[in-house]
Amino acid sequence: MTKKRIVHYINQFFAGIGGEEKAEVKPEKRDGVVGPGMAFKGQLADVADIVGTVICGDSYFNENEAEASETVLEMIKSYDPDLVIVGPSFNAGRYGVAAGAVAKLVDQNLHIPVVGGMYPENPGFELYRKFGYFVEVGNSAATMRHAIPDMTAVVKQVLDGKTEITGYMPKGLRVNVFRQERGSKRAIEMLVNKIQGKEFTTEYPMPTFDRVDPAPAVKDITKARIALVSSGGPVPKGNPDHIESSSASKYGKYSLENIDDFTPENGETAHGGYDPVYANEDLDRVLPVDVIKEMLANGEIGSLHPYWYATVGNGTSVANAKKFGTEIAAQLKEDGVDAVILTST
Amino acid sequence: MVKAIEATGLPIVHMCTIVPISKTVGANRIVPTVAIPYPLGNPELDPKEEKELRRKLVRKALKALETPVTEQTVFD
Repeated sequence: MTKKRIVHYINQFFAGIGGEEKAEVKPEKRDGVVGPGMAFKGQLADVADIVGTVICGDSYFNENEAEASETVLEMIKSYDPDLVIVGPSFNAGRYGVAAGAVAKLVDQNLHIPVVGGMYPENPGFELYRKFGYFVEVGNSAATMRHAIPDMTAVVKQVLDGKTEITGYMPKGLRVNVFRQERGSKRAIEMLVNKIQGKEFTTEYPMPTFDRVDPAPAVKDITKARIALVSSGGPVPKGNPDHIESSSASKYGKYSLENIDDFTPENGETAHGGYDPVYANEDLDRVLPVDVIKEMLANGEIGSLHPYWYATVGNGTSVANAKKFGTEIAAQLKEDGVDAVILTST
Repeated sequence: MVKAIEATGLPIVHMCTIVPISKTVGANRIVPTVAIPYPLGNPELDPKEEKELRRKLVRKALKALETPVTEQTVFD
């Protein structure tokens, strides 16, 4: 069997050119292995050769993506590879983004598989997960000795032409497959196994969510400072911050000072995931400002945080939602808020 | 967002229509609401009744905030 040809993409640091001060270096190619490629070479010796290494400074790549992409792609192509390895880029953001972009270039232009290694929170993974088999690696180069064998295992499966490849983080793609048994039968079998306490393999794993312990209750709500937050998109008329109707990238902070009751003139929803007619008619249906103001006046609550916070929870990434929540909480804490009402549509 | 706020130690009540989603994401105090496009209202009612409905739901939310919980709790 002839050995497969692999090209390895790495940054200036792993090529031994230098750290941040050399992050501007332009793409170059070198025959054979450089840096971590040596370890891959050892583990892949039976099945493949790393025929060339392409190196680019992380800053150069990210700041000159068009030129860098073209050059890097030409360099990779010149070796006529069967597969490309990128990284591992651990939790290095610019390296991860560059490695992911290279994966996309290769996937879309050369139509050959790419194997990479990233820490799951590396932004390059979220951006480019679809374009390669990205193996979960640690968050720093100190974990290199684990990263190399894990990535090698995936490289070998891909080169073998295996149809069910394991050991990489899901690409987030759905693929149509035909099974012997129809869906209803498979589902019932799974259910029966589950009831009997036997093992079963789900065909649709649910995302895992972390948990937060319940915060202590408010002792006396009539003395508490309350804040209003919503993911239902309630914004002042005209949506002044242009919060996106889906996949929101931001939240808004709006004064409650001059609003005692929402009307079609002072409020609307920015949310694109439900029929906005009712919310636009009376936004209190999404954010109960009218009754909260009333409760403030008659002493049912102690005081009210003077702003409301709104975003659109419609395809919004968990990472963004978390970020919004953390930022909003910091502002609430600073204002001495005791408890929060968050409405969702 | 609910969790990120609660993680700072602030009690938070999630008023939402699709309780299973709220449970899945991990809200600890949940008050079920009316409908997706009008969680805190009902356009079928006359304005006075509608406001009374909203008032009741918000009172329920305030009650939830005053109630110590050790696990995810739905305040029906």
